[in-house]
Amino acid sequence: MDVNPRRLVGIGAERISNVADSEFPGHYPNEDNSWDLEKFKRKLTVQVQRLSQRSIEFDLVGVDASIANAFRRIMIAEVPTLAIEHVYVFNNTTVIHDEILAHRLGLIPLNVDPALLDSRKDGDTPTDRNTLEFKLHLECSQNPAFNKSSLTTNPNPSDDDLYINHQLLSGHLQWIPVGEQSDRMTDVGPTTKDIVLAKLRPGQAVDMTLHAVKNIGSVHAKWSPVATATYRLHPNIIIKSPIPIERADEFAKCFSAGAVKVDKKGVVKIDKKGMRNDTVSREVLRDPEFKDMVELSRIRDWFIFSVESESAYKPEQLLPEAITVMKQKISEMRASAMQLSQASEDVPMADV
Amino acid sequence: MSTTDQKIRILKGASADLSAATYQVCNESHTMGNALRWILMKNPKVEFCGYSVPHPSEPNIQIRIQMYDNLSSLQALLKALDDLENLCNAIGEAYSESLQNGDFERWDEKS
Repeated sequence: MDVNPRRLVGIGAERISNVADSEFPGHYPNEDNSWDLEKFKRKLTVQVQRLSQRSIEFDLVGVDASIANAFRRIMIAEVPTLAIEHVYVFNNTTVIHDEILAHRLGLIPLNVDPALLDSRKDGDTPTDRNTLEFKLHLECSQNPAFNKSSLTTNPNPSDDDLYINHQLLSGHLQWIPVGEQSDRMTDVGPTTKDIVLAKLRPGQAVDMTLHAVKNIGSVHAKWSPVATATYRLHPNIIIKSPIPIERADEFAKCFSAGAVKVDKKGVVKIDKKGMRNDTVSREVLRDPEFKDMVELSRIRDWFIFSVESESAYKPEQLLPEAITVMKQKISEMRASAMQLSQASEDVPMADV
Repeated sequence: MSTTDQKIRILKGASADLSAATYQVCNESHTMGNALRWILMKNPKVEFCGYSVPHPSEPNIQIRIQMYDNLSSLQALLKALDDLENLCNAIGEAYSESLQNGDFERWDEKS
């Protein structure tokens, strides 16, 4: 794989080089480098690599770090989701304090499409358009089927044998449809039904009403739609001079498994697919003989995104949602900038 | 702090023809700041562009734009916003195309 050296971030034993992109107008003589949509589209590659029901890995090639980072930041902090925000406690005799339990409830991912609800600002009245209501009611008791004589057959009884309802689970959330909600959505609840919220013993009980609202991750991480949204740069390994055959295996061991292949004759080759997964540990640069035979780098504009959804969004929906949010921000700014330019001639300047 | 509910304000000290100005954008962060800075720097008429987040607990950014030939920095900002939107559309289209192609590994992830 021959990559334009301008696209490479050099990785040395103790330093990195050429971190920033230099393709700006005026930087290289006789080169344009100004923004050109057609040119951008030609260079742009977006390729989904792996997809599961919970996560996605895709390559975004040909964009600047500022753009890739904007999407990453938006996926984490600005794509809206729903989470429990208000907890009305009527009874809680478990060992978990009200505020701790309320916090735990807030963190439960809900399986509601956020597009179905409006966001609710502080002070807004709750309506069927902006709030979901849940009930949480559980009482623990002794299991009447288990008594002293059962101990002879089962000398080490589990909590399940001894008690009924000894665990408060996310699956115990009961959705109370309000107004038109039952027409617009079905089967509202947690994405995972077996999250333990509290442990109970006979006589303890929980009775709560919960209100879930729509908001974004920058307000509180419980509204973040992702578990992780990260990217890394595609590694690039260049062998500059042939590796001695007798040390070929040693050389291959300096890299992640699969990145370097040694054939029967002992000739070393870089495996394209394996290189992608190399950690660029720089182990090879510690060897006095090897260090001048290779060049380690990463490709500056090749972003390998890895996104895990932890919300109602399917993993493949998250980037489109982030793009939508970005475009909203742009149009908001444009409206304001337009106003300024129309009011121009005499624009009032603000104090800092 | 902010006396108006405007999204963008021009800070004191801008030149009269707006060829050099600092814009304060409310409720934005590095997300938009860095992206805008980059696309503004791609404009050959922009002499200088930089952004800052003056204080981490205030949700504002400041974007400084200086233009060549006494051009309007406000027009450059508007162009940058258009360019950024085109860029977003291009990425969105390329992504959905790749998703529809189905040329990728599907796997079952146990939760």
